[in-house]
Amino acid sequence: MSYLPSPLRLQREAARRLASRRSTWLAIASTTVVGFIIVVVISGAPGFDRVRASFFSAHYAWSALPHVLTGLWLNLRVMLIAEVFVLIFGLLIAIIRTSKSPVLYPLRLIAALYTDIFRGLPLLLVLLLVGLGIPGLQLSWLPNSAVLLGTVSLILTYSAYVAEVIRAGIEAVNPAQRMAARALGFSQTQTQRFVILPQALRKVTPPLLNDLVSLQKDSGLISVLGAIDAIRAAGIETAQSFNFTPYLVAGALFVALTIPLTRFTDWLTKRQDRARQHQGQW
Amino acid sequence: MTKLMLDIRNLRKSYGDDLVIEDLSISLAEHSVKVLIGASGSGKSTLLRCVNLLEAIDDGQIFLDGEDISEVGVNADQVRSQIGSVFQSFNLFPHLTVLQNITLAPRYVHKKSQADAQAEAMALLSRFGLSEKANQYPELLSGGQQQRVAILRAVINRPKVLLLDEVTSALDPVLIAEVLALISELKESGMTMMIATHEMGFARQVADEVLFLHNGRICEVGTPEALLTNPQSPELSAFLTALRGAGRL
Repeated sequence: MSYLPSPLRLQREAARRLASRRSTWLAIASTTVVGFIIVVVISGAPGFDRVRASFFSAHYAWSALPHVLTGLWLNLRVMLIAEVFVLIFGLLIAIIRTSKSPVLYPLRLIAALYTDIFRGLPLLLVLLLVGLGIPGLQLSWLPNSAVLLGTVSLILTYSAYVAEVIRAGIEAVNPAQRMAARALGFSQTQTQRFVILPQALRKVTPPLLNDLVSLQKDSGLISVLGAIDAIRAAGIETAQSFNFTPYLVAGALFVALTIPLTRFTDWLTKRQDRARQHQGQW
Repeated sequence: MTKLMLDIRNLRKSYGDDLVIEDLSISLAEHSVKVLIGASGSGKSTLLRCVNLLEAIDDGQIFLDGEDISEVGVNADQVRSQIGSVFQSFNLFPHLTVLQNITLAPRYVHKKSQADAQAEAMALLSRFGLSEKANQYPELLSGGQQQRVAILRAVINRPKVLLLDEVTSALDPVLIAEVLALISELKESGMTMMIATHEMGFARQVADEVLFLHNGRICEVGTPEALLTNPQSPELSAFLTALRGAGRL
């Protein structure tokens, strides 16, 4: 038997189409108005021409680009290396902090102290303390490269954040999962490895990626130690020309670098939310 | 003379001032099935949790296949690997497929090769009509299927005793039937089991002996027929009347 939509359905669908067309037009209209206001306010500002010349100069952008890109290559290496170490250390610290073994008590204490301190210390201070303090000791066997010490500072700070995120994930796994694993004869360590950690890491992937995005952008702070990264390179260009466009170039490149990861994080969060709605579990 | 698989002697367990199990003794012969009935809070679940060492006991002894598993310094992981436990809430591992759930303990606790573990698991799954679910995640299974997988996850390790704690309480009647059919088949194949349940019809079907627990003590023992139709104690009479009133008998 073939189905003929009733007049009632057709009427309903027509009303919905009308409503959706109306929303589209409203969105376009309001965007135009807001955009117009922004353009008028900014371009009408008394100093607009000077700001445009010193921040948005195509000429200076083009001439600074190669140097800034060279610097960005350093940022890229620093962030990748730091991310690897941060994930390893964060995981280790989270495991130590959630362990129950009495032998690990001193390690637990140190780990708790470490996370407390480095989550509270501003990154800039850590950079200065490590980057200037360690060379200041004048021990010949200690490294004194700005890039290396800057990376160490990033790792120190971000491992503390990431450890707390992972620890939260471990504690969010249903205790019944641990009980079920122990009942099968798994040891404490096996339970952690096969049952708890895989579930915990899945739970915290979005906030974890969020911390990595933040780490990527903060890799620009190693410039305060004199490492010639994108920001430092832009600074050098600016010092020669008294034009700030190179900073904007560096900023745009940083944003471009983090966008893929932020989009991926959003996508993953949305997918997990959908899955959670489906089964009410995770 | 059949051998005793599980021998609980004068077990006592309390949480703080709350005495949950008082001087309780049960012996379970190989291939036999004992069913624990009783109101919530009568100590059934605690008893099962004491047997697989998920709870520390206060006093008494527990023997598994002749070995004292309540001794100080006993290797609890090793003891638990010989006891199967299934819970009310299934507790399948959500990040693993059905097949991975079932083969995890054979591989890492019983040190079997992946191929052997998988072959055994697939044989079990197809025997109980679950083979096409092997590569699915638990979330996609019905409650009854999840619980059957949870039972197979325990059975594959050839436990000396299988402990079932209210395994049908979270299921609707249609799904309960398929879980009970699986347990009946396990009984046929000679599995030694101790079962805590509220399903009296099922108790009648599989139990060699029914134990009625009341306030942490065994109040009455007997065949399912005798206990369910001819209760001796006022406590059991009251319990059965309550069940009948709720339409559960």
